[in-house]
Amino acid sequence: MPIYSALRSLWHVFKHTFRRPITVQYPEERPRIPPRWRGRIILSRDPAGGERCVACYLCSAACPVGCIALQAAEDEHGRRYPAFFRINFSRCIFCGYCEEACPTRAIQLTPDFEMCEYDRQNLVYEKEDLLISGPGKYPDYDFYRVAGVAVGVKDKGAGERELPPVDVRSLLP
Amino acid sequence: MPVIYIDDQPYEVAAHHNLLHACLGLGFDIPYFCWHPALGSVGACRQCAVKVFRDEHDRRGQIVMSCMTPVRDGLRLTIDDPDVRRFRATIIEWLMVNHPHDCPVCDEGGHCHLQDMTVMTGHNYRRHRFAKRTHRNQDLGPHIHHEMNRCIQCYRCVRFYHDYAGGKDLNVFGAHHHVYFGRHESGALESEFAGNLVEVCPTGVFTDKPARRYYARKWDLQSAPSVCGQCGVGCNVLFNERYGKLVRVDNRYHYEINGYFLCDRGRFGHDFVNGEERIRRPLARESRGASLRETSADDALSRATQAVAGRRVIGIGSPRASLEANFALRELVGADSFYLGLSDAEFKSANLSLALLRELPTASLHEIETADAALVLGEDLLTTAPRMALALRQLARRQPTAESIVACPVPEWNDQAVRELVQQQKGSLFSATPGPTKLDEDAAAVYYGELDEIAGLGLAVAAAVDQPSAETDSLATQIATALRNAKRAVIVSGGNEAVMQAAAAVVRALRRAGRDAALCLTQPEGDTLGLAMLGGRALSEVVRDGAECVIVLENDLFARLPEADATAFLERTKTLIVLDHSITRTTARADVVLPAATIAESTGTFVNYEGRAQRCFSAFAPQPDVRESWRWLDALRSSLFWPTFDDVCRAMAQAVPAFAKAPDAAPSAAFRQIGNKIPRQSPRFSGRTAITAQLNVSEPKPPDDPDSPLAFSMEGSREQPPPALIARYWAPGWNSVQALNKFQQEIGGPLRGGDPGVRLIEPEAKP
Repeated sequence: MPIYSALRSLWHVFKHTFRRPITVQYPEERPRIPPRWRGRIILSRDPAGGERCVACYLCSAACPVGCIALQAAEDEHGRRYPAFFRINFSRCIFCGYCEEACPTRAIQLTPDFEMCEYDRQNLVYEKEDLLISGPGKYPDYDFYRVAGVAVGVKDKGAGERELPPVDVRSLLP
Repeated sequence: MPVIYIDDQPYEVAAHHNLLHACLGLGFDIPYFCWHPALGSVGACRQCAVKVFRDEHDRRGQIVMSCMTPVRDGLRLTIDDPDVRRFRATIIEWLMVNHPHDCPVCDEGGHCHLQDMTVMTGHNYRRHRFAKRTHRNQDLGPHIHHEMNRCIQCYRCVRFYHDYAGGKDLNVFGAHHHVYFGRHESGALESEFAGNLVEVCPTGVFTDKPARRYYARKWDLQSAPSVCGQCGVGCNVLFNERYGKLVRVDNRYHYEINGYFLCDRGRFGHDFVNGEERIRRPLARESRGASLRETSADDALSRATQAVAGRRVIGIGSPRASLEANFALRELVGADSFYLGLSDAEFKSANLSLALLRELPTASLHEIETADAALVLGEDLLTTAPRMALALRQLARRQPTAESIVACPVPEWNDQAVRELVQQQKGSLFSATPGPTKLDEDAAAVYYGELDEIAGLGLAVAAAVDQPSAETDSLATQIATALRNAKRAVIVSGGNEAVMQAAAAVVRALRRAGRDAALCLTQPEGDTLGLAMLGGRALSEVVRDGAECVIVLENDLFARLPEADATAFLERTKTLIVLDHSITRTTARADVVLPAATIAESTGTFVNYEGRAQRCFSAFAPQPDVRESWRWLDALRSSLFWPTFDDVCRAMAQAVPAFAKAPDAAPSAAFRQIGNKIPRQSPRFSGRTAITAQLNVSEPKPPDDPDSPLAFSMEGSREQPPPALIARYWAPGWNSVQALNKFQQEIGGPLRGGDPGVRLIEPEAKP
């Protein structure tokens, strides 16, 4: 019986001699990376160009290694944004939980994985390193068009599926 | 006690409760919104449905609202029945029909009762596809943020603000599904208790506005139990920190003191911790004319030590510093050179308070609420002790209730029915003040006069208590009759000596008449009474004595002495050393300024108006050069050495007999729960590997805390800590402050393990 197992293994190895290699000669040759690959994390903008992140802290709560830290701040209209947003990529495990938790599709993982550094300190990314100028994988979504708050993006009642604001003084149904 | 059967299991419950109260107290989870332990039931939200059976053979049952159903012996019910579960899920689905899609930008998110209840009922997916109703918000002033779209119409806000706290400017407007909770027009909320809307509102309609500046979720906050130092009541608070900033202050339940509610001064008055005026580095000046410059801690300490060595040094204490800091100063300078940092009036009033409290019994706020009659002499309580005014208002509301429900048996928790029954009747609350106060509208009778006239009224009441006469038209007789008829009476006073003596005379007269009476004397600051107990000389003597070297502890002499006296005194002083957390006129004249930690960053003991010693714990480690005052003062000494808080607290208990029990106010730093310290951070605390990564990618060790059994960490015991160490209210499925239900012996009752703090003063007269 042991001899059978050894022969079978030899046969399997031998078969691979005639297979096409699936490895590529990186970096001369680039692999094809699917768009939903979990690589370098970015912060995206909504279709109007505003920051999508509303600093809700859900990504940092979801992060199993606690490598996301941010601080909420407000602009003059009351719109929330992160005053700072820091990801310590030397701790990041690229699990994608932050993207899954994000209610505004602001934080997204991208197919870029080439981010090695000689110095670990350089793996600490701040908001200016993370924020891109486009909407990333979700071109249409704009959280403030569907959220009930008015923060300079739209007036009360002007969002999607919203009635005009109630006139409290009216008794009409 | 009646026995009820939940799913055929018998449970003993208290007879005077409703079913919801009883079931929650037994540890069952029933979703609810409009019910609140302090506000009672109205049955507005229809969420707390359970199924009640006629007898043990009844399998069909009927759905009832548990908050509106009295407990009776033999009652059989089920909480977990497919019908009621579906009913509750449907109700919450209806409540959520117009709820906006904005949890990510809602400050309530993460400690939201509505989120908890939605998860509890299992309403996961929105089926309603039609447009949502929207509302315009109001600007409710600097403390409360309004977002009316989130409202689920539970009426808790109005029931608290209008009914419980007596506010006039928040109400419900409009009709049917347009009801609107707010003011008649935009404007700052006028009630002193408006901040409680933040905790009372089960969702995010009313949220903490100052916290929006550095907003953080509840799970990210580092919290510690502490005590409010804004007045002498000593309400328990939780300080919550993130990134070195005090984000928000929450109520910490204490059955005997603040219960579920705080005043706005306590909730919003601690912003000095983050203030621009904070002193964060030691300051020193080369010579008298030079300006103050930042220096290192070592340099400042060596200058201060040189100044102190071999000279006559006097120390000026402070009613806003902890007992330990004042004690450390007294040990440094000697008892003869220790002056209480109180103005003349405060000094006399504090010493008289202490003498009276040693003679006569006092009452906690809970005892005030449940007393039968009260007389306020000379104090505008909404300014000097707001939370006490709220307790007196409850007395005024409760007492006619107690009488009415004897005639017409309605359970006391049935709030709407009780208020219909009571109408405008007022309880036996009497107020005598120099001018109109907001408490007047709750009082049965009001008297305005000069302080000596008020003292005269007090003495007249005492005389009328001693000798009841048939003449009833005078106010003094009317008050005396009400006090005599009360099972328990409370006399509240403070500030002025003559008025306090008159108040004490009333209590003595009532006690001579065999009545149970207590004396409550307000104190202006967090540790005024503690300072009086520590003992020291009057500040006015210091002006006469003068000294070469003066150490001022967390105090501004210009606020305590007449301007000319303070200036003259400080000019005669050769070296002035000041320990304080913020810039004052005194620090501006100092030669050495040592940056002291605020109440939110330090461990200490404070003594409230009833002589209760309470421990505050640091919510976060102060910046490197900022230290607790007792640490600075210890460093100035050559011989003795107190490395930890317990050392200084024990030394104080040994040196001052009045404080012998002070170490018992909370567990010592050696306390461990299953071998672990108690974490200040929640298990969900985020960002620990990124918060300081911009400085150094290797995470630093969390700061040690040798002073308390709490750790600056998310690691530690997950058990429910002893009551003095509760740093947050959380239970599985209960992220909001309503998780408090799981921390109490019975709902609305004392905390499990007894309420924290220890009374230091034993009155001669037993209550």
